[in-house]
Amino acid sequence: MIPDAESAAPSDSPPPRSGWRSDKVVRDGAVLGVAVGLFGAAFGVLAVDAGLSVAQTSAMSLLVFTGASQITAVSVLATGGTMLAALGGAFLLAMRNGVYGVSLARRLQVRGLRRLLSAQLVIDESTAMAIAQSDDRIARRAFWATGISIFVAWNVGTLLGAVTGDAIGDPERFGLDAAFPAGFVALLMPQLRDRATRTIGFVAVAIALVAIPFVPAGLPVLLAAVAAGLAARSVPSRSIRDGAS
Amino acid sequence: MTWPAILGLAAAAYGCKLAGLVFGDRLRGIGVVERVLVQLPVAVLAAVVVVLTVSNERSIAIDARAAGVVAGAVAAWQRVPFVGVVVVAAATTAVMRAV
Repeated sequence: MIPDAESAAPSDSPPPRSGWRSDKVVRDGAVLGVAVGLFGAAFGVLAVDAGLSVAQTSAMSLLVFTGASQITAVSVLATGGTMLAALGGAFLLAMRNGVYGVSLARRLQVRGLRRLLSAQLVIDESTAMAIAQSDDRIARRAFWATGISIFVAWNVGTLLGAVTGDAIGDPERFGLDAAFPAGFVALLMPQLRDRATRTIGFVAVAIALVAIPFVPAGLPVLLAAVAAGLAARSVPSRSIRDGAS
Repeated sequence: MTWPAILGLAAAAYGCKLAGLVFGDRLRGIGVVERVLVQLPVAVLAAVVVVLTVSNERSIAIDARAAGVVAGAVAAWQRVPFVGVVVVAAATTAVMRAV
């Protein structure tokens, strides 16, 4: 069994280790990509069933590229909802990517064309993979590797699903709907060992749980983000003392 | 869904992502903001995990999916590598759905 580098390597680990660690982030990104590809196929089937053409379905995955928003939009339309409800719901879900972007900027350090390209890849998976790395260089590699792997897989999956109708079947049959949250837990775990971060995480989780029954999809996460932001300002943390010393 | 709606949603989604990166660059070097920015995505992803694990439209469902995520979380706590955690979670949920 390969030891987990997060616990084994200090943040100022020497360069030889980081190459080894880089291979690991590329591999983990590819694993997520495979799962995302199957959901892409499911989205393709769903979108064509909801009345979109194959071209429209693929355009959505290429240009919108944020899975939860896309699935919500076509689901609302498929169940007879209005266009405004479909787009509003999708937008609420897309807004969290903006929160990720604010936080990722300091680690990615991208400018110009690279910033325009990297923006399209700012999603749950690439963010989770990047923030799980203690070294900024590896975080950048994790972001790009995961973002590109998922972009390719999501779009290939979408096209296959849209063209074939139902070639792969329901990804939930394989338990893949549990794979994503569990994968995120694995990526967050090292940081949840820090008490201040854990406290703020609990605040976010509690707000999201309470909000789910009462507000539209997307808002629980945004409310949790606001609460966590306020909590992070007031909870004393180790990093603030490190910063002051 | 019409082409204008798709392109409008694409522009809005991309605008969120890019605005975040641009705004984040402006905020660098401010102590208290830096600290919030380190912890914020962890909290947001924790909320995403909750939503992906128990939400079913606007209700809360504790089912095979939640069981799989809990199994994966236990594996992660035991320092099982990432790929193992994903496999444990998916397998647990798939088996519970099959029986």
